[in-house]
Amino acid sequence: MTATQTVEIKGSPAVAAPFVGRSMPRVEDAALLTGVARYADDLPVKPGTLHAAILRSPHAHAELLGIDTAAALAVPGVAAVVTGADAKRYASAFLVGIRAPMEHWCLAIDRVRHVGEPVAVVLADSRYLAEDALDRIEVRYRPLPPVTSIAQALEEGSEPLHPAVGSNLVNSRSFHYGDPEAAFAGAARSVSVEVEYPRNSCTPMECFVVLADYDAAEDAYEVLSNFSGPFAVHPVMARALNVPGSRLRLKTPPHSGGSFGNKQAVFPYVVLMGLCARVAGRPVKWVEDRLEHLMAATSATARRMRIDAAVEPDGRVLALRMEQTEDCGAYLRAPEPASLYRNHGNLTGAYDIPNLAVTNRIVVTNKTPTGLNRGFGGGQLYYGLERLMNRVAAELGLDPLDVIRRNLVAADAMPYRTASGGTLDSGDYRATLEQAVREGALDALKARRNALRAEGRLYGIGYAAVVEPSISNMGYITTVLTAEDRRKAGPKNGAQATASVAVDPTGGVSVTVASAPQGQGHRTVLAQVVADVFGLRFEDIRVNTDLDTGKDAWSIASGNYSSRFAGAVAGAAQVAATRLRGRMAALVAGQLNCRADDVRFAGGRVFSDANPDNSLSFPRVAAAGHWSPGTLPDGQEAALRETAFWTPEPLKAPTDADHINSSACYGFIFDFCGVEIDRTTGALRIDRYVTMHDAGRLLNPLLVEGQILGGFAHAVGTALYEEYAYGDDGRFLSGTFADYLVPTACEVPVPVILHRESPSPVTPLGAKGVGEGNCMSTPVCLANAVADALSGLSVAGVSVDGPPSLPITPAKLAALIHPPEPPRPASAAGTGEIARETPPPAATKGGRGLTGEGSREVPATPEQVWAILLDPKELAALLPGCEALDLVGPNAYRAEVVVGIGPVRGRYTAEVALSDLDPPKALTLTGSGTSALGSGSGTGHVTLERTAEGTRVTYRYSASVGGKVAAVGGRMLDSASRLLIGQFFEKLVARAGGPTASDARPAPPLSLLARLLRLLGLNR
Amino acid sequence: MPPLTSPHTPPILAAETRHAVSIVLNGKPRSGHAHPRLLLSDFLRHELGAHGTRVGCEHGVCGACTVRIDGVAARACLTLAVQADGRRIDTVEGLAEANEGRMTALQEAFRRHHALQCGFCTAGILMSLTDYLSRNPKPTEEELRDMLSGHLCRCTGYAGIVRAVMEVTGQTVKEVAHV
Repeated sequence: MTATQTVEIKGSPAVAAPFVGRSMPRVEDAALLTGVARYADDLPVKPGTLHAAILRSPHAHAELLGIDTAAALAVPGVAAVVTGADAKRYASAFLVGIRAPMEHWCLAIDRVRHVGEPVAVVLADSRYLAEDALDRIEVRYRPLPPVTSIAQALEEGSEPLHPAVGSNLVNSRSFHYGDPEAAFAGAARSVSVEVEYPRNSCTPMECFVVLADYDAAEDAYEVLSNFSGPFAVHPVMARALNVPGSRLRLKTPPHSGGSFGNKQAVFPYVVLMGLCARVAGRPVKWVEDRLEHLMAATSATARRMRIDAAVEPDGRVLALRMEQTEDCGAYLRAPEPASLYRNHGNLTGAYDIPNLAVTNRIVVTNKTPTGLNRGFGGGQLYYGLERLMNRVAAELGLDPLDVIRRNLVAADAMPYRTASGGTLDSGDYRATLEQAVREGALDALKARRNALRAEGRLYGIGYAAVVEPSISNMGYITTVLTAEDRRKAGPKNGAQATASVAVDPTGGVSVTVASAPQGQGHRTVLAQVVADVFGLRFEDIRVNTDLDTGKDAWSIASGNYSSRFAGAVAGAAQVAATRLRGRMAALVAGQLNCRADDVRFAGGRVFSDANPDNSLSFPRVAAAGHWSPGTLPDGQEAALRETAFWTPEPLKAPTDADHINSSACYGFIFDFCGVEIDRTTGALRIDRYVTMHDAGRLLNPLLVEGQILGGFAHAVGTALYEEYAYGDDGRFLSGTFADYLVPTACEVPVPVILHRESPSPVTPLGAKGVGEGNCMSTPVCLANAVADALSGLSVAGVSVDGPPSLPITPAKLAALIHPPEPPRPASAAGTGEIARETPPPAATKGGRGLTGEGSREVPATPEQVWAILLDPKELAALLPGCEALDLVGPNAYRAEVVVGIGPVRGRYTAEVALSDLDPPKALTLTGSGTSALGSGSGTGHVTLERTAEGTRVTYRYSASVGGKVAAVGGRMLDSASRLLIGQFFEKLVARAGGPTASDARPAPPLSLLARLLRLLGLNR
Repeated sequence: MPPLTSPHTPPILAAETRHAVSIVLNGKPRSGHAHPRLLLSDFLRHELGAHGTRVGCEHGVCGACTVRIDGVAARACLTLAVQADGRRIDTVEGLAEANEGRMTALQEAFRRHHALQCGFCTAGILMSLTDYLSRNPKPTEEELRDMLSGHLCRCTGYAGIVRAVMEVTGQTVKEVAHV
C-alpha cells in the first residue's frame, strides 16, 4: 500500500462544480495517519553527522567572565565545543529592526540576558554524549540585577541590558491621526482602561530541528530546518553567517509539526548550527527538547496598554488615546518589533473612530526574546480595545452590545480608510453581528444567564468584535522608524507570494509554492484551486510544498505567517495556473480553429467553446510543448511552466504622516459567550461560545473550521491557563507541560461557528485569512464575560472592578470572590512546642526568590552554638546533602552538595562563607552554587541570644535558585528550599543538644503530622 | 503498566555497553543495540528507523510517543529500550499493516473529520485509542475526553478527534449548545 492509495476522492465529475469552496478531505492525511510522513527529525543524515547539545545560561542577567571547555572536550565522543569566540570569528551579530546599538549573537559573547540563552554548544557522536559533556563545561558568571517586568524596564535606574543603548526603553514613537485633542475637549466624557497582557506561546508539538552543513570549498552553507518564514529573515541569517543569500541554501522538510508562528524563531539556531558545522568541519544535527523550547525558543510579547476614549453619552467613541508598552525580551530579534506594529493600520479595530493618538514604547527585559505567535499582536491590541468598549458600556450604563453596534464601521463606508491608514476592504459588520445574534441565539443565552443568576450563580456574557488582518505588508515594520529614517533606508512595502505551476510530458500538473505549511493543508487547497483552472481531477494535481531557497522561487514575504495562504499563496497559484492555461490555449487555438479566448479546459479535455465535440486530451496538449517545440508558432515559447509573483495592490510603504495599510485584507469576527464561575472554587466553565467569521470566500470549509477550532483552543489556553511564568529574579518557572498548562480535551469546548462570506476585492480568489482571529477575539471575549459575571459582586464592601489579569485562573477568581483570609492565630499548634517559627514565608514576590525567618530555642550556651557553626566538620554535618567540605580560606569553604528538587537531582559545587562575625552573637552565612542543572545562592543571618534555658537562635534568610532546576521543579522549589533550610537549623538544634521538632512529639500520629506539615513547608 | 516489572531480578546492565534488544515490532521480529539509558522512543526512531512514533516532550505529558507494549498503551519516552527487550511493540505504522494494508476505520474517520492538522500528535492518540477502544468500545463523550486528556494537540482543539471516535463507535456527538 502506498499512503496515497487510501485517499479516494469520489465524485469528481467531468464538468462539475468547482473544487474550490468544497470541504475536501486532505491529501496530507494518509501519510500522517499511517506514520510514513517525514518530519525534519525523521530525515536521513549524512554519515559522520555530529549531534549538538546547547549549554544555556542559568542566569537571567550576568556578565560572562569565562568558559573552560577543556574537560568537555576530553569526554570520549566529543568532537568540538563551540563558544562565543567562534561566533566572533566566523559570524556576525544579527541585524536589528530599530536604530539602536544592541547586539544579538547566536551565542552569548560577554553577557547573558535571559535564562536559557545559548552559551556554548557541544558537538558529539550522539545527543546523549553531547548532553553528558555539557556538564563538564565550566562557565564563570557575575550576576547582574535582572529586569523582569515592563514597569521595572521603564524605571530610570534599571540595569541596562544593552549598556551601549543606555536604557531599557529602546524605542519610543508617537503618532497622531485626525484631531484627538479637539475630540477629547468636546466629548461628553472620557473612559479609560489599563491592562497588561502576559507572555505565552502556542508551543507546537514538534520542537525546532536544524541539520546544517558547511562546504568550505564553496564557502556555502546548506541547512534543512523546520523554519516557517517569513523569508525576510533569510537575509538576516545569511548576513549573520557572513555570506550572500545565494550561499545559504535553506530547505524545509515535507512535513512540519505545527508552528503557529513559533518556528520563525528557529532562525538563530540555523545560524548557530551553520557556525557549528563550520567549526567542526562536519555536518551537525540539533533537535530542540521541550525544556529548551518552553524556556528559550520564543514568546508572544507582553504588553501594557492604557487607552482613553472620548465618548458621547450614547456610547459613540470619538477618539482614542493609546499608550502601548511592549516587552520584547532580551533582544529585539527579527522581525520584532513587528508584534507592536502588525496591527497599526487597524488600531481602531472594527470601529469608525476617526481621531487617534498613539504612543508606542518598546522595552527590553531579561526574558526570552519574542516573535511570531498566532494572533501576532492582535490578542494584545484587542484585549485593551475590547475591554475599553466594555468599560464604556459599564460606565455609561449601556448594553455593551449596543456600544459595539453604535461604533462599527458601516457597510456603505467600505472600503473604509482607518485613522492610521488601514483599508478595511469589505464586509457588512453590522449585518454580520445581527446574524450572529440571531443564529447564535443570544436571547436564549441572556435568558439562561438571568435564570442562573436568580439561583445565585455567577454567570456572565461577554462580547468581542475585531477585524482580523491578513497578508502583512512587508513595510509595516518600518513604521517604527521616523519618516526620515525610512527615506534613508528606501521604501518597503508589498507582500509578494510566489507559485509555480508546471505540466509534464504525460499531462501531470505540479504545483510548488513558497508557503512552508505546518499542518494547515496547503497541498489540498492548492490542488483544488489548480484543478479548477485546468478542468482536471483533484488527484491530477500534485503539490509540493518543500521549499529549497537554492532552487525554488521565493521572496522575502514567503512563508507561513500572517494568515497569508488563502489570500496570497492560493491566489498566486491561481494566477500562475491561469497564465499557463492561457499559453496552452494560445498554442492549441489554431488546431481547434478558434481564438485562444474561446479555448475551454474541462473534464480533462481541451476544446473550443463553439465545438466541444472536437476536443483534445489535456495530456496531449501538455505533451506538445515537450515533444514538438519545433512546430510551435513563431515567437511562442512552449507552455511548460509558469511562475507567478503576486503582491496585493493596496500595500504601500508608510506615508510621511505615518499612515500605513499594514495588511492586505481584513476579516471580521464577532464573538459572544456565556461563562459560569464556581462561587466556591473560582473554577471557570465556558458554557457556550459563539464565533462568527467573515473571512471572505471560503476555499475549503472543512479546513476553515479546523483553523477556527485550533485558534479557539489556543485562545482558551491564553485566556485561562497558559503563562510563561518567571520569578522576580528572572528564573523561568514553566519548563514542562506540567507547569505550562496546555488545555486538553477536557478544557476546550466546541464553539458554535458561524460564517458570512464577503469576498475580498483585493485577493485573486476573494479569500481572507482565518486562522488567527480567535486568538485576537476570544481571550477578551472571555474576560468580558468574567467581568459581567463578577459585576455586582462586592468583597468586604468593595465592588469587584473587571476581570483579573490573564490567564484567568481559579486562584485569581477565588481571590476576587472570597474576602482575604484572616491572619493565622499566633500559636495555632497549641502548647508544648519547643520551636517557634513565624508562619512559613511564601516565596516573596518583591525580593529575589525566597525569603524567610524563624527562631529556635536550644539548650546550649551561645558559645557552644558558636563553636559548632565555626567548626568545618560540624558545618559539613549541618549542610543538607553535603558530601565534602574543604577549607579554601579564612571561614570560606568549597562544598560538594547533592540536592534533589522535584524530579531533578544534582551535584552542586558551592562556595560557602561565614562573615560579619560577632562572637558569640551574630554571623552571616552565604553560599552560592552552580551545576549543570542551574545555580543557587543564599544568605542567612544568624543571631544568638542568651536565654534562661540556653540560647535562642534566630535566623533570617534569602535564597534564589535558577536554571533548569527552577524551570522543571518550580512547583516544588519553594517548599523544597524551605525544607532544606529547615533541615539545616533543625540539625543545628539537635547538635546543640536540643530535642528536634519530632522528638518533642513522641506520639506517632503527631510525629507523622509534623513530618507532613514540614513537607508542606509548614514546619512549625 | 504492570507488565514491565519482571518477576525475576533484572540483570544489572553495564552503563557503557550497548546491549542487544529484540522486540516484535508490528508483528515482525526486529533487533538492535541500546545503551541501558537509551529511551525506547529513540531506539524505535533512530536505531530501528521506525519514525512513525513522534517525540513531543520527553517527560511523559504530551503523549505523542505513545506506543503499545504487549498491547498496553505506554509512553515510549518514559520507557527504556532495554525494558522492551522480548516484548511486542505496536506503533502507528502497524495499524494499516494489520488491516490488509488499508487504513483502519479509526484512521479513516480521523481523515473525514479533519481530526489532525500537523499530525505530530496523531500517532500517539491513535495508539492510545486503539488500546482504549478495545477495552471500552463505546465510551461516552465525557469518558473519551477524559482519556484524550492524556494527549496534547495544539492544532485541532480536539473537536474533530472526538467526532471521529464517536462516529467510529456508532455514536453521535452532542452539540455544544446548552441553550
